[in-house]
Amino acid sequence: MTAGPVRFGIVVFPGSNCDYDACHVLSTFREADPYYLWHKDRDLQNADCVILPGGFSYGDYLRTGAVARFSPIMQEVAAFAAAGGLVLGICNGFQTLAEAHLLHGALRRNRGLRFICHPQYLRVERTDTPFTSRLEVGQVIQVPLNHNEGNWTAGADSLQEIEDQDLVAFRYCDAQGVVSDAANPNGATDNVAGIVNELRNVLGMMPHPERVCEEITGGVDGRGIFQSMIDHVVGGR
Amino acid sequence: MRYRASVYVTPKAGVVDPQGAVVERALPALGHSGVRNIRVGRYITLEVQGDDLAKAKADVDDMCRRLLANPIIEDYRFEVFPVQSAEGGSVT
Repeated sequence: MTAGPVRFGIVVFPGSNCDYDACHVLSTFREADPYYLWHKDRDLQNADCVILPGGFSYGDYLRTGAVARFSPIMQEVAAFAAAGGLVLGICNGFQTLAEAHLLHGALRRNRGLRFICHPQYLRVERTDTPFTSRLEVGQVIQVPLNHNEGNWTAGADSLQEIEDQDLVAFRYCDAQGVVSDAANPNGATDNVAGIVNELRNVLGMMPHPERVCEEITGGVDGRGIFQSMIDHVVGGR
Repeated sequence: MRYRASVYVTPKAGVVDPQGAVVERALPALGHSGVRNIRVGRYITLEVQGDDLAKAKADVDDMCRRLLANPIIEDYRFEVFPVQSAEGGSVT
């Protein structure tokens, strides 16, 4: 890692459509230096953090994220993650990380088969990750959803491991922070909205924190996640 | 030698299948009551070049495992047949 601004490499797949949002939002953080990485690149250009943005990579054909996972850059992202680098996958980025087995589970069609696009309350489950250190356990944040395949699930072995190691970062809840089936927008197992890997340096989440980083877009609840990442990188230097 | 494969990808037993559930709820409106256990999957056909049947099957299995199916949530099975060539293929 180098001194200077925290470098955020934002991967652009064919069909990504939240890459500009992520880049714009990160440019509002004084310490961040966001830039784009093309999916055919084989060099992360000294990234401190990598973001896999939302969208419909490769048209979502076959399964969401299934083809993006084999992009040349994903080999670099996997190596970066294995070396402890911070990787944040948002929505389609989460789907891609799951397909790449960098995170547990898989994302299926929403319960009810509806595309959902609305603000969603999330309960913060853990703050001992590089992505959530600025948040509080039990804090309720409101972050928009925008997906058709957010119905996360995992095999029994994975579910046990996730529980044993406390890998759930966010769960869907209501305004009071109550996690219930009624507050579950897509049928995700155990209301999982976001999970980290065992090393806690990879986070995947279906909600879009980059869409709530400025008051003009309806809130700033997403800023804490990016600020936590910046803190982690700066603190590690 | 060319081989033709038929690949069937289906939701794993025990994994909730949202598409199957919706189709199952729709059928009574058509007068089909009592339909149960609908699972909606995917049927893929492809042709592959291989030295022999065993190699072709191994290739298709690799494709299924790594891309055509997601083994976390889906099962797959497939059939592989030789494609008869236009000239000189055995005709019985």
